[in-house]
Amino acid sequence: MAEVKSKIRAINEMLTGKEITCTELTQQYLDAIDKSNGDLNAYVNVTADTALKAAKAVDDKIAKGEELPLLAGVPMTLKDNISTNGIETTCCSKILEGYKPIYDATVWKLLQQQNAVLLGKTNMDEFAMGSSCETSVFGGAKNPHSLNHVAGGSSGGVASAVGGNIAAYGLGSDTGGSIRQPASFCGIVGLKPTYGSVSRYGLIAYASSLDQIGPITTTVEDTAIVYDAIAKLDPMDSTSQGNKGAGACATLKNDIKGMKIGIAKEYLEGIRDDVKEAILNACNVYRSMGAEIVEFDLPALKYALPVYYILACAEASSNLGRYDGIRYGYKTPTYNDVNDMVCKTRSEGFGSEVKRRIMLGTYVLSAGYYDAYYKKAQNLRGTIVKDFKNAFEKVDVILAPTVPMTAFEVGKAVSDPIETYLTDICTVPINIAGLPAVSVPCGFNAKGMPIGMQLIGNTFAESTILNAAWHYENATHSTMFKSAEMGVKL
Amino acid sequence: MRYELVAGLETHVELSTKTKIFCGCTTEFGGSPNTHCCPICIGLPGTLPKLNKEVVRYAIRAGLATNCEISRISKMDRKNYCYPDLSKAYQISQYDKPLCKNGYIELSNGRRIRLNRIHIEEDAGKLIHQKGDTYVDYNRGGVPLIEIVTEPDFRSVDEVREYVEKLQLIMRYIGVSDCKMQEGSMRCDVNISVRPEGQKEFGTRTEIKNMNSIAFMAKAIEYEQERQIDIIESGGSVQQETLRYDDVTNTTSSMRGKEDANDYRYFRDPDLVTINVTDQEVEELEATIPELPDEKLERYVEKLGIPEADAQLLVKYRRVAEYFEKASEGTANPRTAANFIIGQIFRTIENESAKEEFDIPVSAESLRELIKLLDSKKIRMNLAKSTLDKMLETGKKVSDLISEKDMGGLDEEATKKLCQEAVDANPNAVADYKGGKEKAIKAIVGYVMKNSRGKADAMKAEEIIKQIIQ
Repeated sequence: MAEVKSKIRAINEMLTGKEITCTELTQQYLDAIDKSNGDLNAYVNVTADTALKAAKAVDDKIAKGEELPLLAGVPMTLKDNISTNGIETTCCSKILEGYKPIYDATVWKLLQQQNAVLLGKTNMDEFAMGSSCETSVFGGAKNPHSLNHVAGGSSGGVASAVGGNIAAYGLGSDTGGSIRQPASFCGIVGLKPTYGSVSRYGLIAYASSLDQIGPITTTVEDTAIVYDAIAKLDPMDSTSQGNKGAGACATLKNDIKGMKIGIAKEYLEGIRDDVKEAILNACNVYRSMGAEIVEFDLPALKYALPVYYILACAEASSNLGRYDGIRYGYKTPTYNDVNDMVCKTRSEGFGSEVKRRIMLGTYVLSAGYYDAYYKKAQNLRGTIVKDFKNAFEKVDVILAPTVPMTAFEVGKAVSDPIETYLTDICTVPINIAGLPAVSVPCGFNAKGMPIGMQLIGNTFAESTILNAAWHYENATHSTMFKSAEMGVKL
Repeated sequence: MRYELVAGLETHVELSTKTKIFCGCTTEFGGSPNTHCCPICIGLPGTLPKLNKEVVRYAIRAGLATNCEISRISKMDRKNYCYPDLSKAYQISQYDKPLCKNGYIELSNGRRIRLNRIHIEEDAGKLIHQKGDTYVDYNRGGVPLIEIVTEPDFRSVDEVREYVEKLQLIMRYIGVSDCKMQEGSMRCDVNISVRPEGQKEFGTRTEIKNMNSIAFMAKAIEYEQERQIDIIESGGSVQQETLRYDDVTNTTSSMRGKEDANDYRYFRDPDLVTINVTDQEVEELEATIPELPDEKLERYVEKLGIPEADAQLLVKYRRVAEYFEKASEGTANPRTAANFIIGQIFRTIENESAKEEFDIPVSAESLRELIKLLDSKKIRMNLAKSTLDKMLETGKKVSDLISEKDMGGLDEEATKKLCQEAVDANPNAVADYKGGKEKAIKAIVGYVMKNSRGKADAMKAEEIIKQIIQ
């Protein structure tokens, strides 16, 4: 059986083999964006000039016969909350209208060192708050498998672009599932790394103790390649620890015979039948490859949602306080005094979901409520961490659904925020515990919409989960992966 | 009824580290607006703070010099409030786990002012109001501060004044801050209440913010104390509120009441990791704490024999004490150096801050050289004094001003000649001496000294004169 071909390696071979120049390839992607972005609404800012300039530099390198890093010349995208020097970075919020950072996020610096070609910045829920990408001031990104379904959120634009083949890969951010959920909805691969393995410097904060940047790609190997490139210790981020192992690529194809894969019954409660069935089928695939399926309990899972929404909103209420119209971004045109200006700027600049979370977060941190909400949530966070820690004494990897369902239809998610919050149930525990998890496609529902499963690892066990994911992908690729009929065909 | 003052102090001290608390920008005072700034200290989206370890070390030294316990585990918290000079809408500070706690400073009356805590935090920027517009300068944003919080242990304005002066002095001695109240590198907030003498319970307190000199602070406390007593005496009750002091009218006025108090929504800053301090680090920092003013004073009085009033003048300025110690090193009597400094040298210095700087044209080594000439009797006091004046005036060295000839003194032959001259010139004194007035000989010796321009040896001269007369 032929191995699933990494898209990044394929492009690298095409470029070094001089089958195509980087400028031509980049132009193909830009043309495809022109053609499909009207439907997908994946990109909110296409940076054609800088992309072609970067492509030219890669072509020059090739012409000179210089060694080419693996990611050199591979056209990619960044979520619009990752700071790019001189390129507008708005978090898809009106309040950051026109804001051009004067520095680069560490991840973008690392990728530039590898001569990455940035096609543009992609759509997201405003300040990464949402599960459908529809809280974006630019409107939501659409699912490449069905345009009347959402791409998911919050990194919906990256998933839509990668799933729609108008970017070879992208970087998103995941605070409560924002990489894995859209990857699952769009039938592709997305990794939320261990908290601290990828630098957050330059990622515009939503909830600092939960946020992580990670790759969204079409294959597991691509995810491993990008992860290895960005998981570096960064002195600019005190919480950064880098990739503590030898890197995910080195062990990607190791045998998984005897690997213990855990299934928690709490994770299978309340999820839709088609999703549950896909997960149980995946267990069988693993059994057939010689892995051992171990059932275990994860009682603290039931606390995860309230803990997440309390902690994330509390941190957000503080992180978003700086948008006052004084230094950058949107500023209300008319005001009486400074208080009036700040008040009007924030009222006009933030969307309703962001306002809801700021208010919630302000409330749970307020004198008299702190102990009942924030402090209790912090304590329960410890319980959840402990539950997972115990689990990893028994199992190597935990297998769970990424989302209890498949992609929402356009407009459904925004109508009921509480209902939408509930759909984060499978992803948020991982952020609370700071663990790595990768979402991989594991089937389709009756309407042909992709289903995703996540493989969860112990802290800094990215190589283990990607190893397990790679074997699953290779065993099921022909049935579980379907490329959307659009974009660049390599 | 007699009332007693109860006051507590919160003092912000700007640390003199080279760089800011969370980024690499300079902490230098002044500079064109917004030139000592970077994406981190203006809080651009996506930036993260990185704790400057030097700030932790400075704060620990401040804690050690004020008898504090040093926390081995501490953390940074966010204090959330919205104001244009605060670029992130929160100040990174310490809430429930300060770096230092339970210290004290002892006053001259023997009372100990207990320090509840010393914590580290970042300073905010500054608003500049100009022609009806308001501008923000973030140069000061992110400059490291320590906040030193006392218990409500002060019972008089004098105690407050002494405490602040002492705190200032200690911080200057250990070199963590220049503590210039006028420049804002030291700022005090005072909590004040009054209670009838003998009453145990505290009265309702008010807080006066941001006073920029010790004199104003003393006035503000006196005013506020009287205001509260007047309220109570006239049957009213003091409202808990925050006040601002107006140094022109010498009155306080309300900034905000209790109900408008900010809810700072403190929570741990998730961007910063736990601050761990090891026993070894504390020991190493302890070894860097120099002799502090109190110990120095005691040593000067007890060991060096300097009168207490003089010793106090020397230890009051760190640089003066250092100068004194260097100048007196290896000399016969440290009082000589002390007298020169307090007398002649201080007379050339105009004010307190110049004494603080103590930038004088005569090096401690030069003064020591001069004192050693005195010690070895190569020159006399008169010559030493006039020479020091010239040194202070011109910055010249001892060797430039006193020649070998000046130092040579008078040889025996010349002395004898001069003594004979003196006896001849002072017949009355000679007669008095012969008549039993022993002191009369001093006048004759004086003649010798005067006419040798201080170069003769007075003891020797007296001996020769006695021989001549007899």
